[in-house]
Amino acid sequence: MAVEAVRRPRPKGGGAVPFAALFWRLPWLRSLLLLTPPLAWFVVIYFASLVLLLITAFWTTDPFTTQVVQVWNTNNFERIVNEPVYRDIVGRTVLLAALVTLTDAVLAFPFAYYMARVASRRVQTLLFAAVLLPLWASYLARVYAWILILNHSGLLNWSLQSIGLPPANIGYTNIAMWVVFSYIWLPFMIIPTYAALERVPESLIEASADLGARRWRTIRDIVLPLALPGVVAGSIFTFSLTLGDYITPVLVGGAGSTFIGNVVFSNIGIANNIPFAAALSTIPVAIMAVYLFIAQRLGAFEAL
Amino acid sequence: MKFGAVVAVAVLLATACGSTNTTTGTKHRVPPTANMKPLDKVGAGEGALNLIAWEGYVDDSWKKPFQDATGCQVHAQYAGSSDEMVSLMQNGGGGQWDMVSASGDADLRLIYGGDVKPMNDKLIPDFGSFQTYFKNPGYNTIDGIHYGISLQWGPNVLLYNTNKFKIAPTSWSAVYDPANKGVVTAYDYPITIADAALYLSKSQPSLGIKDPYELTKKQFDATVALLMTQRQLIKKYWPSASEEISMFQNGDAFIGAAWPYQTIQLKAAGAPVADTIPSEGATGWGDTWMLATKAPHPNCAYLWTQYVSTPKIQAEQALFFGETPVNSKACAEMEAQSAGSCAQYHANEPGTYIDTIHFWKTPETTCADGSENCIPYDQWVSAWTTIKG
Amino acid sequence: MESRLTQWLLRIWVVLLLLFLFIPIVLIFLYAFNTSNIQSWPIPGLTLKWFSSTFDDSDVRSSLSLSLQVGLMATALALALGSFAAFAIHRMTWFGREVVSLMFILPLALPGIITGISLKAFFSFDGIPLSLLTIVVGHTTFCIVVVYNNVLARLRRTQGSLIEAAMDLGANGFQVFRDITLPLISTSVVAGAMLAFALSFDEVIVTTFTAGAQNTLPLWIFGAIRLGQRLPEVNVVVSFVILVTIIPVVIAARLTGGGGTSRVPAAR
Repeated sequence: MAVEAVRRPRPKGGGAVPFAALFWRLPWLRSLLLLTPPLAWFVVIYFASLVLLLITAFWTTDPFTTQVVQVWNTNNFERIVNEPVYRDIVGRTVLLAALVTLTDAVLAFPFAYYMARVASRRVQTLLFAAVLLPLWASYLARVYAWILILNHSGLLNWSLQSIGLPPANIGYTNIAMWVVFSYIWLPFMIIPTYAALERVPESLIEASADLGARRWRTIRDIVLPLALPGVVAGSIFTFSLTLGDYITPVLVGGAGSTFIGNVVFSNIGIANNIPFAAALSTIPVAIMAVYLFIAQRLGAFEAL
Repeated sequence: MKFGAVVAVAVLLATACGSTNTTTGTKHRVPPTANMKPLDKVGAGEGALNLIAWEGYVDDSWKKPFQDATGCQVHAQYAGSSDEMVSLMQNGGGGQWDMVSASGDADLRLIYGGDVKPMNDKLIPDFGSFQTYFKNPGYNTIDGIHYGISLQWGPNVLLYNTNKFKIAPTSWSAVYDPANKGVVTAYDYPITIADAALYLSKSQPSLGIKDPYELTKKQFDATVALLMTQRQLIKKYWPSASEEISMFQNGDAFIGAAWPYQTIQLKAAGAPVADTIPSEGATGWGDTWMLATKAPHPNCAYLWTQYVSTPKIQAEQALFFGETPVNSKACAEMEAQSAGSCAQYHANEPGTYIDTIHFWKTPETTCADGSENCIPYDQWVSAWTTIKG
Repeated sequence: MESRLTQWLLRIWVVLLLLFLFIPIVLIFLYAFNTSNIQSWPIPGLTLKWFSSTFDDSDVRSSLSLSLQVGLMATALALALGSFAAFAIHRMTWFGREVVSLMFILPLALPGIITGISLKAFFSFDGIPLSLLTIVVGHTTFCIVVVYNNVLARLRRTQGSLIEAAMDLGANGFQVFRDITLPLISTSVVAGAMLAFALSFDEVIVTTFTAGAQNTLPLWIFGAIRLGQRLPEVNVVVSFVILVTIIPVVIAARLTGGGGTSRVPAAR
């Protein structure tokens, strides 16, 4: 059904023609005009504020009145580098983010595979709706419900004990945070994975089978590589959302569950040491920059 | 007359001990808002009131009658710590907030930061009935100017599960005892360092800690070391009252520092708990309703202050939270609502009781003796991050 | 085709995962009837009193209404700006396209707390008081991303030849847009709008920093959880929201991918 791109002169069509003609001749002009409002928004509001934050990282505060003192220095960064507790906190945050991402990828893939390749159209719709629905139940309410499940006399221990097993006692620990984070971000991983799996053409699978590959070989060599951008796209969300979160550690974590976000928040919302919080914020920004770079190489941006 | 003598003694004791609310190190600074003239009279309510309050300070049982009577719709935002209050109130409340129920450790920061402005005590009819000390305590009155109206005060208590601790613990050592590993909790806020310092002032007198908020480097390091060992015993630090309530209710914690509010709520829910003030004494707080510099609804703010200063509401709030009212007439109301409560909360003889409480105040570099060796608050904050890990 | 065994294993996996996804939701529904306002297992008793108290609570009504307003405004702005950006990027062939793509994904890829504190610093630096508008600005910033991604993805999959054919047949630019492009991308626009609205409706971190004394629904929920006096009301409100959104979510599912309309046909 390929149509040849024959450029015939177009008939007159009223006052819109001069503009249409202009945009036809200079396609970049139309792109530019379309791009200007969103770009302006981003640059003036978003980037300006990010840059301002970065600048603030190099300032300090008056300890008594907590007002910001605009004197250039690198004290904040030195503090972060020199004190071991910040290394622990960053390490813990990144490790958990990676763990959650891996868990969600593993959990999501068979689910998405079923949705994309096995389920009937109706079941597909229902499953998709079922995955979207929890996103409408407030994040806070869902995390709070998990406390109910995981705490000392909660649903989990009660279930285990009623079948004679010892209690798990994972309430207010890093394990609890791992479970809760994996739960909360799971829909964000399922959706792009499903979208990517859905786009794998049936014909490629058939061709692979025709060439003699067994099912697992096909999955490993054809389906997985094609679905990878979707998985990586989902991982951007699970990783960055875990990396920056501070609410779940407060609600579900215990002693020794402090995340980067918690220290940033306690310096902003509590100690009012914005310069230090800003300095600390540069760490997740840097980490995400690296992550996004790798993700883009793996084609995730086309699969979002 | 006798009452006046008791109060005078209380004031003398309070100032002599030096542990409560003296304006160390800031005598020479003049608050930026000192020259702002407060209202002469309260006009018509503006229809709304935005408050920053501690949990349990704006309960429906007294909020709703106020709204009905004055038409000021109250919107309360709860803050879990003094720091949070200072942060929310920055820039004079940002034109958003009208009042904040700040504790002593936030008051001076708010005053010297220019975030609160003077209030006219003549507009508060019950002010005359306030106990003398609380008419102009050092934490909210500077050079005779009131930067807020005192509200209530009380101690941080030791909350414990009565099933696990058949006899009430007599010492704060219980929360540092390795035998209680995994069932201890503590307030998630740097001022907890003062609780540990208070304990060390009695258990290790050689350190020479006199005031838990004025610590030299050696004293501070010893306190932090104690807290780091305590960290191994802690299940979870509580960031807000409801979290601690949840932990005790669900058996995740059996002992820890708390406000009387948690005890009352837990008992009402049938949990087996009780609280006590151990032999070393306790830290505590003295709260003030302060008016934001850029308050958008000043008339409603004054109406609210008048309302919560009346004996009836003072008693209601005291009984709800478990604290002590500043209005001397509230004692009779408390007895009427709950027999024995006036004595329980020492509402009528604050003198000796105030003495045992080390009110929250902001640690500064200047110590009481004038030297500059004490550890200031920003180091408490960073130490707290290190302790929690 | 997968073997029967694989199909059954997959089915079991799906069921287990659905249980995992929905047990907390069921608990939320259940605890809306809790007699106590402390959440503990097992549930001490059931009561209907929270339903009437939630309905009477003016804080709930005003925060719900504010969330709706913010959501609608942010979604509308995001629709316009996000679609513009998608159209522009789709046509661009220069290297800047990668940079711009990267830029547009930042609000979702960077932690919310960073977006929140930088916007707050920006507003206070410029002396802009926090209000409904600042909340909308914050939400629009990440809603744009969602709309942009959806529309761009769909534009990439539409065949350019259809547009050229229409123009060959005499349609001018506007007619092409109205009769060809718009219908083709309409479902992605709707899906993007719904996802943007969902994100805005449940957003708490950025909103904490960009709201003044106003409460959106998530802020109210956060305050109610911290206060702990009216927890079942939170469950009532959340249950209500879930029930109300079941139908729109199913519709969205049909539009975006459930129906297999975007299944790529056999390669030509």
